[in-house]
Amino acid sequence: MTDVVFDHVTKVYPGPALAVDDLSLEVGDGEFLILVGPSGCGKTTALRMVAGLEKISEGEIAVGGDVINDVPPKDRDIAMVFQNYALYPHMTVEKNLGFALRQRKTPKVELEQRVHSMGELLGLEELMKRRPGQLSGGQRQRVAMGRALVREPKVFLLDEPLSNLDAKLRVQMRAELKRLHQRLEITTIYVTHDQVEAMTLGDRIAVMSAGRLQQLGAPQDVYDNPSNVFVAGFIGSPPMNLLQGVVRDGHVEAGDLTFARAGLDGGDVVVGIRPEGLRPVGEADPGPGLAVQVDVVEPLGDEVLVHGSVAARDAGVKIEPEEATLLVQTSDRAAMTVRLDPDARPAEGSTLHLHVDPKTIHLFDAATGAAL
Amino acid sequence: MSVQPDVRAMGAITAATARPALPGETGMVEKPRARWLPFSPWHFVLMPVAIIMLVPLLWVVMTSLETLAQTQHFPPILWPGSFQWSNYPRAWSSVPFDTWFINTIIVTTTVVVSNLLFCSLAAYGFARIRFFGKSVAYFFLLATLMIPVQVVIIPTFLIVKQMHLIDTLGALIVPNLANVFGIFLLTQFFRTLPIELEEAARIDGASRLKVLFRIVLPLSLPALATLAVIQFLWTWNDFLWPLVTIYKESAFTLQLGLMSFQGSHVNDTNLLMAGNVMSMLPMLILFIAAQRYFVRGIATQGLKG
Repeated sequence: MTDVVFDHVTKVYPGPALAVDDLSLEVGDGEFLILVGPSGCGKTTALRMVAGLEKISEGEIAVGGDVINDVPPKDRDIAMVFQNYALYPHMTVEKNLGFALRQRKTPKVELEQRVHSMGELLGLEELMKRRPGQLSGGQRQRVAMGRALVREPKVFLLDEPLSNLDAKLRVQMRAELKRLHQRLEITTIYVTHDQVEAMTLGDRIAVMSAGRLQQLGAPQDVYDNPSNVFVAGFIGSPPMNLLQGVVRDGHVEAGDLTFARAGLDGGDVVVGIRPEGLRPVGEADPGPGLAVQVDVVEPLGDEVLVHGSVAARDAGVKIEPEEATLLVQTSDRAAMTVRLDPDARPAEGSTLHLHVDPKTIHLFDAATGAAL
Repeated sequence: MSVQPDVRAMGAITAATARPALPGETGMVEKPRARWLPFSPWHFVLMPVAIIMLVPLLWVVMTSLETLAQTQHFPPILWPGSFQWSNYPRAWSSVPFDTWFINTIIVTTTVVVSNLLFCSLAAYGFARIRFFGKSVAYFFLLATLMIPVQVVIIPTFLIVKQMHLIDTLGALIVPNLANVFGIFLLTQFFRTLPIELEEAARIDGASRLKVLFRIVLPLSLPALATLAVIQFLWTWNDFLWPLVTIYKESAFTLQLGLMSFQGSHVNDTNLLMAGNVMSMLPMLILFIAAQRYFVRGIATQGLKG
């Protein structure tokens, strides 16, 4: 039973700079947890604290029930894949794979057998005698993964392992990673800033921002019910459209969009609409309407992305600086991205009349950013 | 209606044009080399300078092959006509040359090996381990580089005397077991190595020392080779310190021993030069052997391409 528990973990760098702020989180045995957030949000620091590469300023991290705060990295039985792979350049693939086992004085026969079967699992048999400098990016990535997995660690840590691969290889490796995890069932913590990886790979995702845990849950759950403006804007590609709005007499108004929503006090709100939540007028279930002025049309084959703008109101909403970048809004126009079926091809410069199902609209408190 | 070009397609085009040129293939931007010379015109400057640098060395070799009378001729004879090869065996056998040779090899080898070891250990500490007063200690260590040898020669002598090492090879070895220049050189080099390699090794189960010996040092061959050659030259050629601490002939080093060809009663310049040539050979061999490490650096090959 190898679970990883973060208990009120804080990391302060000299300076002082707060990298991780009171993180409490439980990763279950065999679970695949994704730590996701923008760069500098503390996700890598959290991972490095588990590995023992950073000292924990406050709080405790426990692996399999044992607090590991003061256990040196070599005794934690945790493996890690680095963003730049960190393969030992002076050793062959074979030596790289066997390095950890040699440090643990594994008998020679067993070592060779395990290195060999790991090479087979990852399709590296032909490359065993090569050095990292003679490998392609994808091959290096595989060796790095093999080197970490060969000693069957209790916990497997990955720090943006796919970010140095080209797009095609990344999709391929993503599937391979998931397959590998299904097969080995090692407790895995995976750090990424790529929300597609976050959505597709994890059992659960933990969204972090500015050192704090914003939301923890199953990917679809986080996507469907973001707990605050930050998560709403971060998870999803293209991101959720955010408009400034106001609640008046049981109605929410945002630009030319007005819809009823019971149980709200009056005041400023942020209105969130997913790009796929908008449908051309004329389809079933007409809802509140919205006029989008089309700027750019991106046909992607299976769908069409329309970038445009809608009328907005200048509500003077106060959003924290980091989240403000999500609100691309001039005084009277707000950016809006719409995802349409491939046969819909609105002309650039035209106006598109869309409706939205009020149930799919997310509302957030304008002052705190919390979901309403 | 204009259609946006697919981003992915553009990526493919960029990737195709970014392919590195094959051998024999010339890039479009490369300026065609002027064909009127098979080498760079800079050689016209470099070759005369190289010749000027080589003249003293050639003079030494030529003098070592002359008769004593020829060496005292003025103007100097640069091409003796007949070569006195017998100068070499004479120089070797007229003094305990073999003993001095062995002494020098013992001292130099010990000093080079101990410097590689101790300087690596100290440098790794300065480069990677956090400890109280590190930068202050490093600063003072570097500051000692500015103190000339002549200033510390007497205190060092007194310390060595207290250790009862005067007139033994130990006097030549102990004060030179590690030196600040080596620590400085290796510290700066270690700092350039990617730290992820060391972190990976620590997670893989290696101790600090293992990280140093299995990861850091194998990647530091260029710096270690440089340090070894420099330290070898210094120790092999050192004259002042042996002169101060060694009196008996059986503990002489080569440089000290060569002096006996040029005393108040004897002045066998040709034998002195023959001895000089023989004492230079190991350095030449070492330099040629270690040369390829100076230019090679593989430390970043394991990282993303």
